[in-house]
Amino acid sequence: MNTMLTVFLKEVRENLRDRRTLGSALLFGPLIGPFIFALMMNTVITRELNKADQPLRIPVIGAQYAPNLVDALKQEGLVPLPAVANPQAVVRDQDADVVLRIPSDFGKAWRNGETSQVEMIYDSSQRETGGSIDRLRGMLESYGRHEGAMRLVARGLSPTMMAPVSVADRDQSTPQSRAGQMFSILPYFFVLAVFIGGMYLAIDLTAGERERQSLEPLFANPVPRWKFLLGKLGAICVFSLASLLISIIGYGLCGKAIPTEKLGMAMNLGLPFAMQVLLIMLPLVILIAALQTLVAAFAKSYREAQSYLSMLMMVPAIPTFLLSVLPVKVASWMFMVPLLGQQVGITQLLRGEPLSAMQVSVCVASGLVVAVLATVATAAVYRSERLAISA
Amino acid sequence: MIEVKDLYKHFGDVKAVDGVSFVARDGEITGLLGPNGAGKTTTLRMLYTLMNPDRGQVLVDGIDAARDAQAVRRQLGVLPDARGLYKRLSARENIDYFARLQGMDDALINTRREQLIKALEMEDIADRRAEGFSQGQRVKTAIARALVHDPKNVILDEPTNGLDVMATRGLRQFMRRLKDEGRCVLFSSHIMQEVAALCDRIIVIAHGRVVADETPDALRAQTGQVNLEDAFVKIIGSDEGLAA
Repeated sequence: MNTMLTVFLKEVRENLRDRRTLGSALLFGPLIGPFIFALMMNTVITRELNKADQPLRIPVIGAQYAPNLVDALKQEGLVPLPAVANPQAVVRDQDADVVLRIPSDFGKAWRNGETSQVEMIYDSSQRETGGSIDRLRGMLESYGRHEGAMRLVARGLSPTMMAPVSVADRDQSTPQSRAGQMFSILPYFFVLAVFIGGMYLAIDLTAGERERQSLEPLFANPVPRWKFLLGKLGAICVFSLASLLISIIGYGLCGKAIPTEKLGMAMNLGLPFAMQVLLIMLPLVILIAALQTLVAAFAKSYREAQSYLSMLMMVPAIPTFLLSVLPVKVASWMFMVPLLGQQVGITQLLRGEPLSAMQVSVCVASGLVVAVLATVATAAVYRSERLAISA
Repeated sequence: MIEVKDLYKHFGDVKAVDGVSFVARDGEITGLLGPNGAGKTTTLRMLYTLMNPDRGQVLVDGIDAARDAQAVRRQLGVLPDARGLYKRLSARENIDYFARLQGMDDALINTRREQLIKALEMEDIADRRAEGFSQGQRVKTAIARALVHDPKNVILDEPTNGLDVMATRGLRQFMRRLKDEGRCVLFSSHIMQEVAALCDRIIVIAHGRVVADETPDALRAQTGQVNLEDAFVKIIGSDEGLAA
C-alpha cells in the first residue's frame, strides 16, 4: 500500500508541475463540453423564440398583380421586400430564404375563377430556410382555402363540402424533448473530459517514462510491477476525475446562466444531476485510465502513444453517433454495456427523466467489471520483459 | 557477492548471452569488459532481474534471483544503461522517490541522501530540477538514487559513458570508496584503460561468452603481452568495438 501511495503521490506531484498537462486536463478537456452545450442551447432558444410570429421578410415579384393577396399576407406577418431581378441567384446566394413570384395573369385567372399559380423559389438544401418556406406556404394555403370557401358560400354551398376530413395536430413533444435529439451528443463530452483529463498522464507514465529511459531504473527497485501500475493508474484517475468534476460544474453553471425556463424547459443540471452523472461515470474513469495505459504500454514512443490514443478517443464516439443516427429505442440491456450505458443514461437525465436505482447499479457494476478486466490485462503487459527496455 | 552460473539469453536467433559464469566478490571491483554488443548489458539486466535468463542461475548474497527477485533487488544498487531522471523533480526529490520505494523511513532517507550528496559532491544541484542537468550531473543523481538504500552490491552499466575527464576521475574515486567500504562493485565498460585502472578482477566477454576471468596481472602473464591493450586484443581476437 505504501509503495503504491509513493508512486501515486510522485506522479501527481510531478504532473502538477507540467503546464501542458494541467491545461489539457483541467481546462480544455473538461470545458469543451459545457462550451458546446452553451452554443447548442443558444441555438435551441433562438429556434424556439423564432416560432413566435416574427415578421417574415421575403422579396415579392409582381406584388402589383395581386394586391389583395399581398394585403392578406401582410396581415399574417409577411413583410414584402422589393422585387429582385434574379430570384434563383438570390436564393442560391442565401440572400433570401425564399422568393415569391406572382405572374402577370394572376388577376385574369382569378376573375375567370381558374386556379392562379404563384411560385415559391427556394433551395431546400439550405437548412435554415425550412421555417420561412413552411410559413409562407402555410399563409398561401390558408388564403387559398379562405377564398375558396368564400366562393362556395357565394354559390350557396357549404365550405365543409370541400373538407371531408380535417386534421388536428396534437404534438406531444416538449421543448425539452425536442432538444433531446440535440442533447444526445452531450454524454460524449463527459467521456471526452475523462479521456483528455487522463491522456497526457497515461502517455507520460508509461511510454514517456520508457522514452526518457527512467522506467528501467524504476523497475530495479524491489517493488512488484503491479504496484507501480496501480499507483500510476491512481494518478491518471485523479486527473481524469478532476477533469470530469470541472466539466460537471461547467454544465451546472451553464444551466444556471441559460434562461431555459423561458421556454418551459426544466433543464435541471443541479446537484442531483451532477451526482448521478458522477456515479455512472466513475467506472469509466478507471476503465479509460487502464485502456489508455494499455495502449501506451504497446507504443514504442511518446509520439506513437499519442497517435494511438487519438484513435482510441474516437471509440466512445461510436455509441453517440449510432444513437443519434439510428432510430434505436432505449432498451434496458444498453445499461449493461460500458459507454453505451453512460450514453443512454446521461441522455435520459438531460431529457429530465430520472434514472432508476436498477439502471444506475447495472451501469456501474458492469462498468466496474470491465474496468477490472482492463486493469488485469494492463498488469499482464506491465509484467512483460520488453516493457522496461527503452533502447 | 554476485554469482552467475551458466547464463543464457537468446533473442530469436541472436545469442546475446551464451553461457556466462563468473563471481564478483565483496570488497573488490570487478570489471566486465567487452566490445559493444558482446552481451554485457543483457547479462547485467538479468542480474538485476529486469530480464529472466533462458537458462542458468543468478545468486546475489546467496539469494536466487529466480526464486525471490524482490529480495535480490533489495541487495542491489543499480545504475542501468538507461539513466533517465524525472525532469520536473529536483535531484533531492529524485533520490527520495527511490528511497521510499525501497521502503526506507524519512529519518534514514534524510541521512543517507545527505551522505551521498556530499560524497558525490552534488550539493550545488541538489535542489535544482533535473531538467537541464549536464550528463555528469545526471549520472551523479542516478548513482545517488541507486545507492540510497545502502546496498551491499553495486552494479554500474558503463558508468563513465558520456562523462568528461573530471567527472570520470571523480566517479572512479567514488567507486574505489565503495570498494573500501567492503561492497561488491561490478561494472561494465568497453574502455580498457578504465578497467585496467580500477579492477581487481577483469572478466572479458565476447560474443556472449566469457573469454577471460583473471586479475590484470594474470591477464598480462597469460597472454604474454606487457601491454594490457595488446592482451585484450589477443584474447578477443580482434580490436573491433574496443576503445583505448
